[in-house]
Amino acid sequence: MMKGLTNWRLFALMTALLVFLSGCGREEISTLIPAGKVAQDQFNLLILSTIVMTFIILVVSVIYVLAIVKFRRSKLGDDMIPEQVEGSAKLEFIWTAVPIVLLLILAVPTVYSTFDLADVTAMDIENEEGVKENLTVNVTAKLYWWEFEYPEQGVVTAQELVVPTDERVYFNLISADIKHSFWIPSVGGKLDVNPENVNKFYLEFDKESSELEDGVFYGKCAELCGPSHALMDFKVKSVDREEFDQWIAAMQEEPEPAAEAVAQEGEEIFANSCIGCHAVSGSGGAGMAGPNLATFGDRNRVAGFLEHNEENLKKWIQDPQEYKPGNLMPDGETNNGGEPFSEQQLDALAAYLMSLTVEE
Amino acid sequence: MSSLAQKKGFGAVIWDYLTTVDHKKIAILYLISGGFFFLVGGLEAMMIRIQLMKAGNDFLSAGLYNEIITMHGTTMIFLAAMPLLLAFMNAVMPLQIGARDVAFPFLNSLGFWLFFFGGIFLNLSWFMGGAPDAGWTNYASLALASEGHGIDFYSLGLTISGFGTLIAGINFLVTIINMRAPGMTYMRMPLFTWTTFVASALILLAFPPLTIGLFFMVFDRLFGANFFAVNMGGNTIIWEHLFWIFGHPEVYILILPAFGIFSEIFAIFSRKRLFGYTALVFATILIGFYGFMVWAHHMFTVGLGPTANAVFALATMIIAVPTGIKIFNWLLTIWGGSISFTVPMVYAVAFIPSFVAGGVTGVMQAMAPLDYQLHDSYFIVAHFHYVIVGGVVLGILAGTHLYWPKMFGTMLSEKLGMITFWFFFIGFHLTFFIQHFLGLMGMPRRVYTFGADQGWDLFNMISSVGALFMAIGVLVLLVNVVLTTVKNVRVGNDPWGDGRTLEWAIPSPPPFYNFAQTPLVRGLDTYWIEKMEGNKEGMVYAEPLGDVHMPNGSIIPLIMSFGMFVAAFGALYFLDDTKPWALAVLIIGLGITFGSMLVRSLKDDLGFHITKEELIEDAKRGGNTDGLK
Repeated sequence: MMKGLTNWRLFALMTALLVFLSGCGREEISTLIPAGKVAQDQFNLLILSTIVMTFIILVVSVIYVLAIVKFRRSKLGDDMIPEQVEGSAKLEFIWTAVPIVLLLILAVPTVYSTFDLADVTAMDIENEEGVKENLTVNVTAKLYWWEFEYPEQGVVTAQELVVPTDERVYFNLISADIKHSFWIPSVGGKLDVNPENVNKFYLEFDKESSELEDGVFYGKCAELCGPSHALMDFKVKSVDREEFDQWIAAMQEEPEPAAEAVAQEGEEIFANSCIGCHAVSGSGGAGMAGPNLATFGDRNRVAGFLEHNEENLKKWIQDPQEYKPGNLMPDGETNNGGEPFSEQQLDALAAYLMSLTVEE
Repeated sequence: MSSLAQKKGFGAVIWDYLTTVDHKKIAILYLISGGFFFLVGGLEAMMIRIQLMKAGNDFLSAGLYNEIITMHGTTMIFLAAMPLLLAFMNAVMPLQIGARDVAFPFLNSLGFWLFFFGGIFLNLSWFMGGAPDAGWTNYASLALASEGHGIDFYSLGLTISGFGTLIAGINFLVTIINMRAPGMTYMRMPLFTWTTFVASALILLAFPPLTIGLFFMVFDRLFGANFFAVNMGGNTIIWEHLFWIFGHPEVYILILPAFGIFSEIFAIFSRKRLFGYTALVFATILIGFYGFMVWAHHMFTVGLGPTANAVFALATMIIAVPTGIKIFNWLLTIWGGSISFTVPMVYAVAFIPSFVAGGVTGVMQAMAPLDYQLHDSYFIVAHFHYVIVGGVVLGILAGTHLYWPKMFGTMLSEKLGMITFWFFFIGFHLTFFIQHFLGLMGMPRRVYTFGADQGWDLFNMISSVGALFMAIGVLVLLVNVVLTTVKNVRVGNDPWGDGRTLEWAIPSPPPFYNFAQTPLVRGLDTYWIEKMEGNKEGMVYAEPLGDVHMPNGSIIPLIMSFGMFVAAFGALYFLDDTKPWALAVLIIGLGITFGSMLVRSLKDDLGFHITKEELIEDAKRGGNTDGLK
């Protein structure tokens, strides 16, 4: 019954608050504009607790303001000695009992939701053919980038997570080095990415990211992980199931060789200097030293945070430390066997990388 | 011993402070060094806010920024807030219970010097190859990966200063249990003494887990152990548990004494007995008790599983109840009183809404699923600054104004105090209120920069402007201190006019023996009772005037702590191949420490007596002799 009551109050106030809050932040990243069940549940708890807390603040404020207005010495005179009251058992009881009741209102949905959001039992359900019914993504956090593996589909990508909308997507999180935390604010709360154990949870994506101004949701690392913690961003593309299946199919295919002459030249340089760490095929294995680049041309950013253009890409290849201090990618000089990439080589590499695409 | 009244030279004053075991002078030492570290931490805060003033700012580099946030947090918690509170505990608590000193004056001095050398050691990292950079929480996987010696400075420095704090805590516990004046039953103790008592118990129980964690860290980094090395079967989550088993009670170690200061202020400046004294005492004890049951709420997102999260969520919510009891009792204390808006009272009055705001966001974060969003975002940054600045720092500022006359015999300017207050208070809310929304808008904490395309620019700018206001407030306070000291207008026993407890019944500053005769306590707010009954002396006595036994000063605590300081450098460079002398330094340092322990143990030091005649003589001169022997 209590839950029904809170739900009713929730609904009324949420409509009002939504209008007010929609001005708060960008929909790509704000927790105040939830774009999935998990974020929505959490947002509802935020609203519920805000209501309860506002009530408490109001009560305190009224007593407080009255007290400091009514009992000023300047009003009462300098000689007034107040009665030395010891206390009141009745009042003590009231301000012990009422908060307990208020906390119970918060406690019930809290406990329910804690278990609900941690429920990953459906992760391992298989259909008659032994195929898992739900999509699982293995997320590996590495120093300042993210690897996303779709184990059932045999697909690996990096930096840009692609997920289907309107279904539960399960995640296995593990770190390859130090502790990170996986957070897509507008889709759901964070979960730490520990080096010693796999953490599991699920998210739901209700909105297609193409409806967003920037075309992607923003993901963040939320645990301090070194100098470039602030730049350990990733992006999320949510697409409908059909489009997702197409994307998976495209990823499973071997990439075609570069078509243009410049890109072909780039492919050659890539094969000499980069292939040791970066795969360009989405069906390659996980665990490479550098991010998989099969979807590079489709991406929204360079290195997770720089605007996606050839200019930035070339700067990045030549001197990654300048842009993401502490990351593990060697600079252009090292990759090119002792001397920096020439402008021509960079142009070729950029053209090649930009040509890596699986979307139509 | 006519030398009691001698005028001292500068060198003698310095020597006096280096060797003092007098709780009032140790309080001043804590106040000065805590104040110094507060300024250092504040400077670091300003640099953080300058860096985050606009998107993509390059005022600080990424690595340096991490060092600064780490040192800001560590300095403010361990080297500023704690010692400043210890200053007030030292200055006031023995007076409140009618004692001539703490139970172990020598240990009191040792505690201070350990803290001091630990703090200096930690800050020397700035000049010796870089400060720690893994956040004040120093999570193990990042700490082990950190290059250079920053993390070693952190773990060794905090180990040393942690010993100091632990010693102080034990000392206060024994003092309060054993040294109360006749008639000062537990339920007649002033609330500041109560909160000191509970906070000391928390120190006793909470610091050992931290020490263990730091030892693991030291051994992992410096001697090749593998407690936290995942690839060797270690586990980094253990650090998180150890840290927070200490870290959460630490919050209460800070806030309870601040509650105590505010309780005194509400009673004094409302001229009214604390409403629900018994409830306040039990709420204090309950908060201290629950403080140990909730550490995992800092770890909701670690992946401990829904059962642990749910249990710790509920346990955390419960703490809101005793805290609420306190708030309402304070409100009812000023209700029906006669409120005088002096600077301490203004801070206390401002504390209530600030702390309530910090408290309610605390309950919100106790709701585990909601915390998945709030954790490690700017929301949590806003929350804990509301609690620590809105609670602890306002308490420290209030205490500074309240007890300044008792500690130094002269009043801080009320006018400048008000200017400080308004700048600090407005700046504080300007800086941190908006950060709640930054967090909700998706901004993670501890980021050295942010992109312009995420909608966070304006709020960050506002936050930085607020920080500037706070800095101005602190600067005005410094001016206030200097002017007050220069003017040096002396004040009497009870400068606020409405003192209620024993410390206001004796001269400001008190003579070095505090009470010529031990007082007899006849109830709660004993000085108020005597005043109301027309007792001009403000006290009744439990003993006739007689000789007073006092401890001798000693330089040994300083030398003992210095030995640890030296040894820490040895440990720090132990693994460096280029520094073969490290082992020798380690041994010499420990030798100094153990040697001075030996001297202390073998040499009888029975203290000295002040004779009755000297006490009478001193009373004629105003009874506030500083007491150089």
